[in-house]
Amino acid sequence: MSDRPVFDVDALLDDRSTRVVVCCGAGGVGKTTTAAALGLRAAERGRRVVVLTIDPARRLAQSMGLGELDNTPRPVTDIDRTSGGSLEAMMLDMKRTFDEVIELHAAPDKAALIFANPFYQALSSSFAGTQEYMAMEKLGQLRALADADASNPRWDLIVVDTPPSRSALDFLDAPQRLGSFLDGRLIRLLSAPARAGGRAYFKVVSAAVGTAAGVMTKVLGAQVLRDVQTFVSALDTVFGGFRERAEATYRLLQRPGTAFVVVASPEPDALREASFFVERLAAESMPLAGLVVNRVHQVHAEELSADRAAAAAEDLDELGEHALTAALLRIHVDRVRRRERELALSARFTGAHRSVPVVDVSARPTDVHDLLSLREIGADLAKG
Amino acid sequence: MWGEARLHVVTGKGGTGKTTVAAALALSLARGGRRTLLCEVEDRQGIAQLFDVAPLPYLERRIAMAAGGGEVHALAVEPKAALLEYLDLFYHLGRAGKVLEKLGAIDFATTIAPGLRDVLLTGKVYEAVRRREGGRTIYDAVVLDAPPTGRVARFLNVNDEVAELAKVGPIRNQADSIMTLLRSGLTVVHLVTVLEEMPVQETQDAAAELVAAGLTVGAVVVNMMRPPELAPKQLAAAAKGALREREIVGGLEAVGLAGRGGTAASRAARLSRLATALAAQGRDHALRVQLEAGQLELVQALGRPVCQLPALAGGVDLGGLYALADILADQGLSGRGPA
Repeated sequence: MSDRPVFDVDALLDDRSTRVVVCCGAGGVGKTTTAAALGLRAAERGRRVVVLTIDPARRLAQSMGLGELDNTPRPVTDIDRTSGGSLEAMMLDMKRTFDEVIELHAAPDKAALIFANPFYQALSSSFAGTQEYMAMEKLGQLRALADADASNPRWDLIVVDTPPSRSALDFLDAPQRLGSFLDGRLIRLLSAPARAGGRAYFKVVSAAVGTAAGVMTKVLGAQVLRDVQTFVSALDTVFGGFRERAEATYRLLQRPGTAFVVVASPEPDALREASFFVERLAAESMPLAGLVVNRVHQVHAEELSADRAAAAAEDLDELGEHALTAALLRIHVDRVRRRERELALSARFTGAHRSVPVVDVSARPTDVHDLLSLREIGADLAKG
Repeated sequence: MWGEARLHVVTGKGGTGKTTVAAALALSLARGGRRTLLCEVEDRQGIAQLFDVAPLPYLERRIAMAAGGGEVHALAVEPKAALLEYLDLFYHLGRAGKVLEKLGAIDFATTIAPGLRDVLLTGKVYEAVRRREGGRTIYDAVVLDAPPTGRVARFLNVNDEVAELAKVGPIRNQADSIMTLLRSGLTVVHLVTVLEEMPVQETQDAAAELVAAGLTVGAVVVNMMRPPELAPKQLAAAAKGALREREIVGGLEAVGLAGRGGTAASRAARLSRLATALAAQGRDHALRVQLEAGQLELVQALGRPVCQLPALAGGVDLGGLYALADILADQGLSGRGPA
């Protein structure tokens, strides 16, 4: 364990060329809390920060003074501004963001047509991948706003939380999947009757298309197909390739200035996800800053081994005295064993990814309720 | 409990151990010579990892024997395979299925189309629940390791999603029959939580959403419980950081933890340091126990039966699963539970 590189969080946050920090990891590992703590720490060290959270727990949102859902950044007051930094935070509203994209690009009558289409309603509120797509979209918007006034930017650091997907990789895959679907062959074929038609390749595959269209009508029903077709042709005239958009945001993530922070808890599933993600980032040349292992249990009485403490507790039980000390010794045994298990799991990760810098964050006996506890987590992240 | 139920849906926030609980429940329900099917729908191969077997194909196969001769079968439902199976079954589309696949239609239906994917996944589960052979159902119970609490109501409520898209047609009919099963007395949804604020909050939200969607909430399973080590009075003192060091030191001395080396003063200093460290750990423990007690009250206030499962030292292995199944059975979550 001692030879693993240490994730220097302050160096990352203080580096002015760091413009975007993306927190990712499996669900339930404390991703959102980590994003908020990083944002607060950066702001109090002088950065102008905006934190984009996806689905924060109510308490966490309240701790930043964000009581209600809002799709635009709001200032977090009560932070320490002595270093000249600022903090804003927002929660992604997937449907609202999608609506904004349409409003921005479509004439009012076209937009109304799209909004009324049942397929758009489903797509914007529940399509698997829409949340990821819109998180990317929002990131792009925030980045554009930040770049708009280079001499006096509203933000110089964007911290992004990623959607709670079943797999951490969904965040990378979903936008492209959605983009390639909306831009793909199927959609072209589906919408072909609604357009001019008669393209060369269309003729070549027309037999297959005929079968496919027949089958889909049979399975989905004619009405569904019609809705999809009108939706796609409306969207197509509104703005160009969805896939291009998805690819552009993807490239944003590969740009220097972006840093990925992978978050895990010391559990087998979470660390396995973290491994997948680390490998994937490397494959896509996306810059990984480090791994945060959250909720690690600390042992205060390091010098006392679990075996020794367990034996001592038993001796005390036999004596029938000192129940308090015996109980504290058993708590110690539990802690040490838990810590040993966590270390073994962590070591498995570090063994496979020797170059990835790691930092542990201690488990807290209670949940985050206020800026003070977020600040403590930030300090823990930066202790190195 | 839930003697009627044939489909047990298990959900919980990420990290609460819902797959473990689903597996233990499948074992418990299979006791006494019954046969259960354990299904997963999220492409995670969580069941295979838990039972320490190779990744599950899209095939039902036996993965464990239960106490008293029962059998647990398992299936990882894969939407693409489910769709092709469905097309073949209902429309006899051998080759046309391939054409659809080439055009990306299968991808469309299984990875990105709202509702359709969930219709396919729940549809396969529906089929397994109803499948009969020789005049009786093949499985006495089906346990579904469902998506996490944040998404479960939407997942189970496929009809609403599909109704927006397909007003009529075969997909709509399929969705309607699935909803009928899910809303009948044959289906219960169990919620898995741990005693922390966020998971309990999500459990409360999910319970309300499920009820609003006309689904039946079964038990709340409180997972990974750890018994308090300290007596109530000590707990209160420990939480305030008010444990008496002299008392702790007395106990440490009594079992010779002062050691033999060094001067009397250095031994005393060592003991004092150790006592302080143990008290700090005791304080964390006490704070957590207090928080958990408050959370347990919130869980009980939901008015559903509460099952409590202990944290297994050293993590979950196959033996641990059987132990958890026994505890679930003791608390009434088995095939032949108390009336």
